[in-house]
Parts: sequence; structure tokens; C-alpha cells
Amino acid sequence: MRNVFTIASREYKLYFATPAAYMIAAMTFLIIGIIFYANINYALVQQFAPTVEIVIGPFITILIFATPAITMRLLAEEQRLGTLELLLTAPVRDWELVVGKWLGGFSFMLTIIAITLLYPLVLNRLVDPGIDQGLLVSGYLGLVLITAALIAIGVMVSSFFSNQIAVFFATLGIYMVLWLISTPAQAVGATGAELLKYIDFAEHFYNTLYIGIIDLSDIIYYLSITALALFFGTMSVETRRWR
Amino acid sequence: MIQVEGLTKDYGLRRAIEDLTFNVNKGEIVGFLGPNGAGKTTTMRILSGYMPPTAGKAVVAGYDIIEQSLEARQKIGYLPETVPLYPDMTVFDYLKFMADLRHIPEAEEKVDDVLELVHMEERSDGYIGNLSKGMRQRVGLAQALIHEPEVLILDEPTIGLDPAQIHEVRNLIREIGKERTVLLSTHILSEAQQVCNRVLIINKGRIVVEDSPEDLQARLAGGRRIAVRIAGDSKDLDHLISSIPGVSRIIEVFNDGVDFEVEPGEDVRPEVARKLVTSGYDLLELKPVGFSLEEIFLQLTQEQDAQFEESKEEQIELEEENSEEEKSEEVNEEKEG
Repeated sequence: MRNVFTIASREYKLYFATPAAYMIAAMTFLIIGIIFYANINYALVQQFAPTVEIVIGPFITILIFATPAITMRLLAEEQRLGTLELLLTAPVRDWELVVGKWLGGFSFMLTIIAITLLYPLVLNRLVDPGIDQGLLVSGYLGLVLITAALIAIGVMVSSFFSNQIAVFFATLGIYMVLWLISTPAQAVGATGAELLKYIDFAEHFYNTLYIGIIDLSDIIYYLSITALALFFGTMSVETRRWR
Repeated sequence: MIQVEGLTKDYGLRRAIEDLTFNVNKGEIVGFLGPNGAGKTTTMRILSGYMPPTAGKAVVAGYDIIEQSLEARQKIGYLPETVPLYPDMTVFDYLKFMADLRHIPEAEEKVDDVLELVHMEERSDGYIGNLSKGMRQRVGLAQALIHEPEVLILDEPTIGLDPAQIHEVRNLIREIGKERTVLLSTHILSEAQQVCNRVLIINKGRIVVEDSPEDLQARLAGGRRIAVRIAGDSKDLDHLISSIPGVSRIIEVFNDGVDFEVEPGEDVRPEVARKLVTSGYDLLELKPVGFSLEEIFLQLTQEQDAQFEESKEEQIELEEENSEEEKSEEVNEEKEG
């Protein structure tokens, strides 16, 4: 377990040493900021009190594009630099390496998420009698859970290739499929639709956590995706040894 | 310290190493010698726990590298062929990271110690990306030494260094080898000669010879090569020497002398000296010289190649398959190189 933290802390520090991570963070805040401002303006004109949805809604969309950029480096670069050989010959278990990488990326995204809490704070002062705290908690819980799952998928894909561009697009592709898979639900009949809806990322968010409902099944869903992706990532690192 | 038994590794259809068996004792520096693509890196990767063998077993520092991989890895310091470094970390942070992965108490002091050992203490805060190749190699070595491993596995530790750095790294390895067991690979024979107590020559995945550099030389050359040097012109000297009984052949004629080979068990030196002096040559030097390791190495690997060719000819019916295998072998060798 100690190795997990050693690896995670190296990754976390490295994000702050690279311009890419700062750019991703800056773009995230910029886009959320603009949308936030526009929403406040709109609410002023229309005379209604905006909820925390005006932060979480766009943030989720940004996450889908930002996370692959955060995770693409994690294992792919180790392979390209040859440092994977170093880690795989150190007394570190394969799962510790994969989970450590995940934790590093996840901690960085958590930092970004924590900073975006500024927007609800500002919003809280603007609206009377303040924002709905339940909505805030469940929405941010959803954000954290989705981030955990997205990062895990990113780490998994990063273990497949040594080319970061390939990792970025493959990760984005998987996110898109998971995000939109329930779209053809109506066309495939009852059981098929149920299944597709269950697999769908968005279904577990927009219908519950986003509107203030905390359902254990959604939490379990995101945690399972996280665990499964990390498991496949570990398998992938392990098979690398056999090649 | 290292016991290898029947180690075999296949990459798909290509057999990289076949039935390797050898031992390395405690406190020994053993050189693993062979041309590129001979299977040196593959063997070292298996011993370091990077990948499992197809067959056979290996025990390092008392731990089986497959069954007790983590324990074995704890005891091994490994420097891969391409030095694994993070260019965007400082030397200190990198070594601290490696020390933490190995759960070393008081890691920071340990890092300082090992930096002093490889003479890199001044660049401790510099980014690895800005270091020269020689310095990177030393950081790589520091990484392999940080946990004071019982066994050191170094894959071509002096490759790409300038002569002064090579000298330095070799001295360092000799120094380390006094207390630890070292297995190092190289394709430079003089390096093995200078650094190692024992040499394993490997070619096409098999061990060809196992001996100390001195014995190896003595065994193959047998002290049978003799050099004569004279003052003045060596004209007709070769005819004179080849006329002496016991001289089997003239190897090389120089401006100021001749190298020749004698028949086993004969010492013709007194006779040669007498003959030269009475014939009016001014004899300056008369001494037995060994074959250089280079010559021995070429001889050995060529012998093996010849055997390989023969066995191939015997399997004419399998010719097509063989040529296909060779192709994939070439591709793989390129990849490895």
C-alpha cells in the first residue's frame, strides 16, 4: 500500500511541474467561468435563482475532454521512456503501480474539483436565501465518482499503448460510447434497453445525483467501473511481462 | 548468489536463449559477453524479474525469481540497457523516489551517500533531462545501488560513454564488486578482461565458453604465439624462423619482427634466439603473447556459426521454414538493438 502512495505522490507532484496540467486546469476554470457568468446574467434578466447545476452541468462535459489529457501520460510514457522496466523490476506489485497511477491522476482532478467549489460559494452569496446544499453535495459527489471512473478507464487505456495520442483518442472514444450508449435504447427492445441504460454513464448521473438524489446503486455503479478498469489495467501491465 | 538452471525464453517462434545454466558466486564480478542479439539482455531481464522465462529456473540471493519475485527484486539492483530515467525530475527527487519504492529508512541521507559514490553530488538539484549521457549513466547506476543490493545486474553499463567516463565507471564497478555480486553484460571484450573475475561467452542464446579471462586466453592460445622483435630490417626473418623445427606457422610479419605459432608442448625460444644471433640479427625481444580476447571471441562464435550452418544444411527439407525464422530473427534483433 505504501508503494501506491509513493507512486501517486510522484505523479501528483509531476502535474504541477508540467505546463500541460496547468493548461488543462486553466481551460477548465475559464470555460466554467464564462458559462457561470453567462448564466448569472441570464438569471438576472429572467429573474430566477440559478442552482448549482450551472456549474456541474458544464463541468461534466469538460471532464470528458480533460480527463484523457490528464491520464494519457500515466503509463504510456513509462513505456516510451523505458522506465516501466524500472518499476516492474522494483519490489512493486503490478496492481500497486496501476492503483498508484490512478490515485495520482485522481488526486490532481480532485484538486481541480475542489477549486471549482468557489463558484457555488459565489453563487451562494448571489441568490437569496442561498443555494440548495443537498443539490450541491449530491452533484459534487457525482462529479467525484465520475472522475474516479473516468481516470480509471484512462489509466487502463494508457497501459495499452506507448503512444500518448493513441491513448488520448482511444480513451475519449470509450468515454463517448459509455456516455451515449443508451441513445439507441428505444430501438433495441425492452431487455436490451434496460441493459444499455444500466451501462450508460449519464443515466446514473442526470436522473439522480444531478437532481439531488443519492442512490446507492449509482455509487456502486461508478465504483465498479473504477475497480473493473483498474483490474484490466493491471492485467494489461502483467501481460506486458509475457511478451 | 545467482543460480541459473536450464533457462529458456521464446519470443513467439524465436528462441532468444536456450538452456542457459550458470552460477555466480558471492563477491564475483562475472562478465556476460556476446554479440548484439545474443540473448544477454533477455537473460538479464529474466534475472531482474522483469519477465518470466519460458522454461527453467533462476534463484537470485536465495529467492526464486518467479515464486518469490518481490523478495528477489528487493535484493537486486538492476541497470537496464536504456537507462530508465524521468527527464522532468531532479536527480535527487528521482533517487528519493526509487529509495521510497524500496522502503529505505532515512532515504534522503542514503541518496546523498549514493550520489557521493557516483560523484554526482553537485548535480543533485539539476533536472535529469539536462544531464549528459555519462551523467545519466551514473544516475542510473546510483539508482541500482541505492538499496545496497546483494546482487547487481548491469546491462552494458559503459555503452555510449567517453573513454574517461568508461574508465571511471569500470573503476566504480570494480570497487562495488569487492563487496557485492555483479553480473554485467558487454560486447567489449577488453572491458570484461579488465573488470571481471570470470567471463561467460554467449552466442545465439547459448553459453559457448565459461572461464576466467586469463585462463580463457591461456586455454585457447596456450602461450603458443611468440613475438620476435629485432633492430633493423626483418627481411627473410620469416623464412629463417619457419625453418626452425617446432614452429608451426608464421602468423604475421612486421617491419621489425615476426609473430609465429609453435607446436604444442615445444619451447623453441632458445633455438630461435641462437639462430637469430648467429644469422646476424640484432635480437631485441622474444616473448610469448596470447591471442587477444577479440580473436578468441571471433574464433569461438565463428565455430558455433559453422556448426549452425552445418545443421541447417542437413535439414534441407525445412529450408523454407528456416529462412522465415531467420527473417523474424533479424527483425527481432533489430528491435532489441
